[in-house]
Amino acid sequence: MNPRLKFGLVTGVIVGVLGWLAIDGIEANATYYVTVKELHAMENPNAERRLRVGGDVKENSIVRKADSVAFTITQEDTELQVVYVGRDPLPDTFRNGAQALCTGRLRDDQVFEARQIQAKCASKYEATPGEGSAPVYSAEPVESKASR
Amino acid sequence: MENLGYLTVLLGFCLSVYAALAALVGKWRRNAFLELSAQRAVAAMWVMVTSATVLLLYAIFTDDFRLSYVSSRSNVDLPGFYKFAALWGGQEGSLLFWSWILATYSFIAVYLGRRAHRDMISYVVAIMMSVQAFFLMLIAFVVSPFQVLMSGSQITPMADGNGLNPLLQHPLMAIHPPMLYLGYVGFAVPFAFAMASLITRQPGDRWIHTTRVWTMVTWLFQACGILLGARWSYDVLGWGGYWAWDPVENASLLPWITATAFLHSVMMQEKKGMMKVWNVVLVSATFLLCIFGTMLTRTGMVSSVHAFAQSPIGPYFNVYLTAMTAFAVFLILSRLDYLKSENELDSVVSRESSFLFNNVILLASCFAVLWGTMFPVISEAFTNEKISVGAPFFNRVNIPIALVLLLLTGVGPLFAWRRTSVESLRRNFLWPAAISVVLGVVLFALGITHFYALMCFILCAFVGITIAVEFYRGARVIQQKQGMWLGRAMVELTHRNTRRYGGYLVHMAVVVMFIGFAGSAFNEETQAEMNVGDKLPLGRYEFELKELTEDNNPNYFSGVAVIDVYRDGQFLETLKPERRQYHASRQDTGIPAIRARLKEDVYIVFAGLATEGQRPVIGAYIKPLVNWIWIGAWMLVMGTLIALIPSKIKRIAPRTRVIATARKRHEVFAK
Repeated sequence: MNPRLKFGLVTGVIVGVLGWLAIDGIEANATYYVTVKELHAMENPNAERRLRVGGDVKENSIVRKADSVAFTITQEDTELQVVYVGRDPLPDTFRNGAQALCTGRLRDDQVFEARQIQAKCASKYEATPGEGSAPVYSAEPVESKASR
Repeated sequence: MENLGYLTVLLGFCLSVYAALAALVGKWRRNAFLELSAQRAVAAMWVMVTSATVLLLYAIFTDDFRLSYVSSRSNVDLPGFYKFAALWGGQEGSLLFWSWILATYSFIAVYLGRRAHRDMISYVVAIMMSVQAFFLMLIAFVVSPFQVLMSGSQITPMADGNGLNPLLQHPLMAIHPPMLYLGYVGFAVPFAFAMASLITRQPGDRWIHTTRVWTMVTWLFQACGILLGARWSYDVLGWGGYWAWDPVENASLLPWITATAFLHSVMMQEKKGMMKVWNVVLVSATFLLCIFGTMLTRTGMVSSVHAFAQSPIGPYFNVYLTAMTAFAVFLILSRLDYLKSENELDSVVSRESSFLFNNVILLASCFAVLWGTMFPVISEAFTNEKISVGAPFFNRVNIPIALVLLLLTGVGPLFAWRRTSVESLRRNFLWPAAISVVLGVVLFALGITHFYALMCFILCAFVGITIAVEFYRGARVIQQKQGMWLGRAMVELTHRNTRRYGGYLVHMAVVVMFIGFAGSAFNEETQAEMNVGDKLPLGRYEFELKELTEDNNPNYFSGVAVIDVYRDGQFLETLKPERRQYHASRQDTGIPAIRARLKEDVYIVFAGLATEGQRPVIGAYIKPLVNWIWIGAWMLVMGTLIALIPSKIKRIAPRTRVIATARKRHEVFAK
């Protein structure tokens, strides 16, 4: 057989296998990105296996426990309760007022069960002079624990 | 001050435009003075951009909080070392820094190449300066780092700055971005040389040699940048991982993959005059992916954990990228005759085809990563739904690719050119294959049943042995001829052909790193709320919380969890994971504590305090073999540096040309 043809065949097999892996992988891992508003507008949100919801973390809504963290995210006037049950520690940027991206699914009790959370401080650097968000771990030991 | 900054950037922009035009016009009109003046303009432009950079640094160091950039990235109490980091800690400053590196590269490339590449250097100048003009245009007119804080028409300085992002206040983060930029920006040089050689239809190999060396240098920087980023992520971010397939990480990986492909396939061009079109495509793709990566990081095109804000520079990048792609494609298509291959592929089991497969696989991986990264954008364009894919997708596609690549790393270099006999296959691979399969069986019996990890260990053993044998065989010959001891003979061997043996060292480094990657299949982790005195078990380990301490300094407030580590009941070490809150930025961050050993790392994070009860939440991880990755990284740097040293014996690589009769005979055999 002509080496070019042989080479072409082997390449075809490699590309085919990888293509299959890629397409199959996308189907297994696809995550639909929605905002809180869009989630509420969805007809049957509980049916979707994987969703990613983006919104701002509501002030003082974060409740930390050993195995989970509950909080509420908001977008304009809509709200969504989220409970984080993932294994990784939450990112340091996750706090009151931050933008959070929660990946997981909506439970039947309408609480969003997140397995992964990404957070970004919304506009921390564009703050006007002298203004800043409330400290999470403040310099006074007593208060610091209270605000946690 | 800020006016001087504006002025230097503006002058730099004008000079780069002038240099590009003067080089082109000088070339077309055959005016040597104009060409020379273009080269001088490059030097002048470097002076301007350097001044602008120094001015910004001066503003940062003198706490000039009238500047919006300085007030948002620095503060009075920021340690001096990190004030340097503030230079590239934000959008505007990092663009200026990018541009300064490009200026420096252009200056060096033009200076070194002005004699050796006299007939094409003007095109190199023109191409590099057009890139530079684009970036300086952005800095001068769109996102200036010298913007002052204004309210109405009044300058309103801030009393103290908002401070540098605490995550960036780490020694690794002070060198990771410059390394990565040196990589990203450096690929502009090979691109300029490749394009210039196409325009002038360069005869001979000299330009290919220059391009290869430049690619290797920038490839090394890029590799260092990526690995430092991984190490930083492991040491600082507190999730115990080093790679998350985040879009920004992917963006830095893409050009590195295509450059890796180029460094391999360029040997085909040097030795056999094959794959010329392919090589030019790879060089162009690498450069375009660099621009693409810069765009991805800076415009918020896809959501990423890296907090680069949305900014107005997206459309500029789009236009520029499209124009550059069109230019490269047009140039390659119009020079297809010049790029005609001099040889044909003889056999599937040959050095040539192993290079080809290496390229196919690297490119497939590059495409898969690009596809996954851009999937939200692609799916939104076609279905109006933003669909993203996460780390599982990337792992699923890339792990098999990586394993095949690892196999090729072992077999490729030992295949003969043109075709490989069964006899040589048996001689080179029988024992390594046998030993590694036996090792695989042993590992399986020891309870390592994870398929990919097991395959990875087997392949690592296989490749490691073949490389070691290569060194041994070569050194043995020298040892017998010259009567040196074996170690000395190995150094001599490497010195005689640095490219080959430096390359082997890099391959060995890859093997060591893969051992580290495979270790991640055996990670263990746990997390719990703990009281002082509580014990947290994990595998053979046990962690006891001894006490909580607190401390305050001008830069940050910190809380420390003091934890005793026991293995099999035996006390090992006290680890102190920490949480800090930085005063200026009011951000808090965790500092993990790591006990790093060759076999496994113990990694502990102080995740925070629970809302109810205020008890500290402690996370503990066991990370087997992670250290091998960092050791491999050092080996990779060593190997690449060795490959860059000129060989002691100049080899005149004879270009094998297939003679008509020889090919006929071969075709008869093939039938």
